[in-house]
Amino acid sequence: MTTAVLIALALVTLATAAIALALRNLIHSALLLIASWAGIAGFYLWAGAEFVAFAQILVYVGAISMVVLFAVLLTRHSRDDVAVTADGLGRATAASLAGGAVLGVLVVSIVSTKFIAGPVRPAVISVKQLGEQLAGPHAAALLVLGVILTVSLLGAVVIAATDRDDGRARPPGGPQEDIP
Amino acid sequence: MSLSPLHLCLLFSSALFCVGLIGALSRSNTILVLLGVELMLNAANLNFIAFWRYSPNPAAGTGVVFVLFSIAVAAAEAAVGLALVIAIYRHQKNIRLQEANTLRG
Repeated sequence: MTTAVLIALALVTLATAAIALALRNLIHSALLLIASWAGIAGFYLWAGAEFVAFAQILVYVGAISMVVLFAVLLTRHSRDDVAVTADGLGRATAASLAGGAVLGVLVVSIVSTKFIAGPVRPAVISVKQLGEQLAGPHAAALLVLGVILTVSLLGAVVIAATDRDDGRARPPGGPQEDIP
Repeated sequence: MSLSPLHLCLLFSSALFCVGLIGALSRSNTILVLLGVELMLNAANLNFIAFWRYSPNPAAGTGVVFVLFSIAVAAAEAAVGLALVIAIYRHQKNIRLQEANTLRG
């Protein structure tokens, strides 16, 4: 029963991810990837890691999907321009060969490995235990992570922001920045 | 031959990794490449949770903590990556990877 749930979740996640990366309409890709990320959150729920499942839903289904959609909408030329030009068949073939080779190596090595059987009872970690882990042994990592998030979000704003003075100070003949 | 649930979880995550890898290698749109990389990162997180679930001592919660950190770093990476996409679009009027081949400011 639980194995059937796992296989169903895996099929939904893999199918939506594969279709999303094969489509030519970027908005459809982003929306299908939301389903894929939700399937991964379902896997975390299945495995008993509820807090990680909710973090996955908040961060991926909620935040990253919105950032991706904004990026798609900000980088199109016109109102109807969301389809990307087709890539070459040779490129797709080479990528499929490389990915298939990696998959073959991984599958053979996983299937031929005997893992020591873990506990039969479902593993569940409470939020209290998790909080004690995060605030106790991993407190330094948590602080560093906060600094990383702050710096990267500030950096993202600096990279993506339009700098008006910079464009005016450029010498003529250089690449012009298009300021709306 | 019977596969244990741990084997199934690992096969699931390898398949997801390869879907992301093929997507990142075969597409030339920067956003789709970034999404492929995100899928590969998610596949690594699946491995952490699977090994935590079937570990002899799941009460330690090491895998869960690692995945939480990994999700937070992935969020930062996605924000910076998409900001770079927007910056490239402003310079090149295009986000095809083949055409972003100069480092001129």
